[in-house]
Amino acid sequence: MDHHATTPVLPEVLDAMLPFLKEDFGNASSTTHLYGKRASDAVEAARRHVADLFSASPSEIVFTSGATESDNLAIRGAARAARAKGDHIVTCAIEHEAVLETCHELESEGFRVTRLPVDRHGWVDPESVLRALTPRTILVSIHAANNEIGTIEPIADIGRIARERGLLFHTDAAQAAGRIPLDVEAMSVDLLAMSAHKMYGPKGVGALYVRKRTPLEAQVHGGGQEKKRRSGTLNVPGIVGLGKAAEVAMRDMTGESARLAALRDDLWRRISSSIEGVTMNGHPVHRLPNNLNVTVKHAEGEAMLMALRDAAALSTGSACASGAMRGSYVLRALGVAEDDAHSALRFGLGRSNTAEQIETIAGRLQRAVARLRALSPFHEGAEARGGATRVV
Amino acid sequence: MSSSYADYGEIVLDHYENPRNVGEFEQPDAVALVGNPACGDQMKMSLRIRDGVVEEARFKAFGCGAAIAASSMTTTLIRGMKLEDLEKITNRTVAEALGGLPPAKLHCSVLAEEAIREALADYRRRAPGRLAAPDRSRVPMGPGSTDQTGAERK
Repeated sequence: MDHHATTPVLPEVLDAMLPFLKEDFGNASSTTHLYGKRASDAVEAARRHVADLFSASPSEIVFTSGATESDNLAIRGAARAARAKGDHIVTCAIEHEAVLETCHELESEGFRVTRLPVDRHGWVDPESVLRALTPRTILVSIHAANNEIGTIEPIADIGRIARERGLLFHTDAAQAAGRIPLDVEAMSVDLLAMSAHKMYGPKGVGALYVRKRTPLEAQVHGGGQEKKRRSGTLNVPGIVGLGKAAEVAMRDMTGESARLAALRDDLWRRISSSIEGVTMNGHPVHRLPNNLNVTVKHAEGEAMLMALRDAAALSTGSACASGAMRGSYVLRALGVAEDDAHSALRFGLGRSNTAEQIETIAGRLQRAVARLRALSPFHEGAEARGGATRVV
Repeated sequence: MSSSYADYGEIVLDHYENPRNVGEFEQPDAVALVGNPACGDQMKMSLRIRDGVVEEARFKAFGCGAAIAASSMTTTLIRGMKLEDLEKITNRTVAEALGGLPPAKLHCSVLAEEAIREALADYRRRAPGRLAAPDRSRVPMGPGSTDQTGAERK
């Protein structure tokens, strides 16, 4: 249940890829012979499938090594290309590190970055974007959906604001792609980053949608394979896998999203009705269909994961890795108290998850929380005493 | 969002799954509350001391599996130990008794060492014949915490 971290490669995706790891091993740039032509044709077919996922034109798709590279290319490439026009970037506090770190790096080059706060649901107010704009603003970067709390941002509204002012609008769609409909025209998106492995494709391959005539400075130089926007011998098997994953996502999105949303809602009903002191993090309505993020008061996240380790693979809101660690920056940006940020669990449901698993996990979690709270020195009731000693 | 529980050894897992000496005393001779829930770990150690020896030790803990295991192991290590020997228990003692901890989790054993030090300090602060609350000024309190009071044991 950790499908926000990654997803397994679907059998049909693997089947599509295998020939390009075996007999069809050609370099897609070597179209003077059949090997290369087959590879090139497969790449272009994949490009069409990826473009279809976003209602884009195939010529606007640039293949990359994944969403991180796509985010880097979009933000750094667009910022540097627009340097003569301005030096201000607007993003938000709960973006993935691929966006936040790239923006931070650009600050060392003299760019200015505004990181907008979010409300308690992780929602970026479009009005706050509008207020943040200056005559020097060149780029707005707001993710389509958050990887921890699943909140879906008002991308169309933000895109319209950027478009009306002639600004470039980038969105990190790593979590949203393949899970919810994304239309770059309807959302006024100029740059959209995505990754194959978040939607049942292989790792190490992704794409960046780049609207026609968008100035973009290449970040990887060499043979200029991707219309000079990105160089490097194309990862043909990976791209084929990405294309197939996009095709499958288009085909199954509506039904699978509804199924996962129903499972997720059932999980929340079970957890919230059986465990006291549980709160949902993220937007109650505008959230990814497969996401549930909860804070379970007085039960540490990793300890809960351990209790569930033979039943489900999950993530928590923090990594206990130092004597002075901090909880998830995303949860803290929502206003979640520091100690509660250590008590978060993230469920990312996917194709393999079933109603039976939901029932099992909810029951196991209830028992785990009861045990951990009994251990807690400050859980309500922990100070009650029934005798000289009380051994749990 | 990551976790290293997959790196835990058998002893750590055992003490997490079956923690020893969980609880507290109504009339402890020494109490320590160390760590901070805002940092993800908090440990409470309660001791009963007779004739300069740790007669019984109990713990409560909020934290990761390693923190729970380190707390549990510490109570087993110090039970029956002379107070002067308690000073010799270090975080390394606890970590080694657990069969080792992942590097990122060593701070959990440090918390156990701090609990012992704080419990000893609390014991020394408590003058015989009067109730005294442990000095909490050095450790942040979690929500819902109340002062522990120790009574002279008859």
